[in-house]
Amino acid sequence: MKEHDTILTTDNLAVGYRNGKQQVTLLQGLNLSLEKGRLVALLGQNGAGKSTLLRAITADERPLDGTISVNGKNLLEMSQKDRSRLIGLVSTERIQAGALTVTELVGLGRQPHTGFLGRLDDEDREVVRQAMSDAGIIDKANEYMASLSDGERQKAMIARALAQQTPIIILDEPTAFLDVASRIETMRLLQTLAHDRGKAVLLSSHDISQSLMLADELWLITTDRQVLTGTTRQLVADGAMDRLFANRDIRFNSNILDYSF
Amino acid sequence: MTYRRYAVTLVALALLLVLLALACLVFGSVDIPVGKIVDILSGKGSGNKAWDIIILQSRIPMIATAALAGAALSISGLLLQTTFNNPLAGPSILGVSSGAGLGVAIVILALGGSLGGFFGESVGSYMAILVGTLLGAGAVLVVLIAFSAIVRSNTMLLIIGILVSYLTSSVVQLLNSVATEEGVHNYVSWGFGNFSGVSVAQMPVYAGVIILALIGSALMVKPLNAMLLGTRYASNLGINVPRARNILLLITGVLTAVVTAFCGPIGFIGLVVPHIARMALGTSNHSRLVPATILAGADIALLCAVASVSSPHGIIPINAITPIIGVPIILYIILNRRRIQYFN
Repeated sequence: MKEHDTILTTDNLAVGYRNGKQQVTLLQGLNLSLEKGRLVALLGQNGAGKSTLLRAITADERPLDGTISVNGKNLLEMSQKDRSRLIGLVSTERIQAGALTVTELVGLGRQPHTGFLGRLDDEDREVVRQAMSDAGIIDKANEYMASLSDGERQKAMIARALAQQTPIIILDEPTAFLDVASRIETMRLLQTLAHDRGKAVLLSSHDISQSLMLADELWLITTDRQVLTGTTRQLVADGAMDRLFANRDIRFNSNILDYSF
Repeated sequence: MTYRRYAVTLVALALLLVLLALACLVFGSVDIPVGKIVDILSGKGSGNKAWDIIILQSRIPMIATAALAGAALSISGLLLQTTFNNPLAGPSILGVSSGAGLGVAIVILALGGSLGGFFGESVGSYMAILVGTLLGAGAVLVVLIAFSAIVRSNTMLLIIGILVSYLTSSVVQLLNSVATEEGVHNYVSWGFGNFSGVSVAQMPVYAGVIILALIGSALMVKPLNAMLLGTRYASNLGINVPRARNILLLITGVLTAVVTAFCGPIGFIGLVVPHIARMALGTSNHSRLVPATILAGADIALLCAVASVSSPHGIIPINAITPIIGVPIILYIILNRRRIQYFN
């Protein structure tokens, strides 16, 4: 994998929300970039704007200012279809897919590539099989989503994003409802997808120590609403980790890569 | 889900449809020997003018009306359940049928109750009613879309649907207080629900509109399946969610309005049949659910039609029968929520 193969950039991006006529800016002046083959973790305390930033990057909400480009093209001016072939999403939204088998669910990931009725051909089915295999859920291929554990369900959702065959995968708190073993497994899977499959993977997380250990790069939203980027080593050395939480009694301990008090 | 289960279910539903249609042909308030019915159908005639008319102009249109109404209401229910992400949605519970009913009441009042016995042959009168139901159902759907953007809770949306029903029925009552006696009578008898309201002359409009809308729903399986994952995933999969939702609700509105105009506000079928289809097939995949829902809906409506003529004391209103079939199924579903895959 080539170093610094940039796929997504933001230019002077400002995100926030509109509350009636009022406009609340959470983060502004963001010049961020995502590279192929790298796992990036977005960290910040609750309400810092993690989800808002991700919603802007997945074009679910218009940014307040600035632009987002993928492969040099403006993401917001693209057709929805084109976007759906560039960015795959895994979110924590409630889905009604309990009565779909894992294969059927992962097959929905082919929608950007299928025709009007969404029928899968042999090639699509092979992509689906490969995605399930890569995500480590192929042994449950014919099980109902309802019968899976939370960790397995998340793997199926990641397989669905893989079947979409997008160069970028964005995950909004993919480990939020998982136990420790599933969290580590999910993070390792995402790391493999970045390193071995060349995907640009961006995830938000509350899981500081795992993100620090497994991510290639961190985006830290500090308490004063800045986004600091860099490798774990750089950011820890710069003392950036202590700007993540407002509570002064909670200090980052670089020996355990986690917070202590 | 295996293909075999899908094929077996569809064949079983289709066979049941044939059996129930035959039952509707044979049973009725007038006893006609089976041999004579065969003679009438083969074009020979039974030698009894009244029997010929009953079979050709009453029972056969009723079979077609019921089967299409059942399919239409069931697909309406399925589309509403998926678009509002709400397993208890249906055209009657969300007030769409009541909205159509209000449209009917306004039209009856405007025409002074002189609809030629309501289901009159005059093209103008039933077209007016059709337009009235379309506008009424459409207005309720617009209200539901507006509220669904504000209230995120499924239960709240159902309650809003029920409130809309109360409101429309109160407006209907007010209208009735100034309507002619004939108008009120027409409206009340329309409210009982019946599948005998479509004459041979009206059948092409009724059947044509319903079949077109059903084909439309079958063409929407891709966005419907994407919407199982919620709006954010659906739009990430390239679906234009607002547009898909508007098309789906337009199809729902047309199906509900046409059926309501001709057959009255028929409850429960739209709510219950999608669940029967999901449980029979064991899937939420719309490419299989849509055909199964159409067939199962036709079956249930024909079952109601057979039941409505089974009493020796005269016709039983359809709306007296649908709750007897519908309520136990809904209770079963509610009580078994945890065991039914599609709730998890």
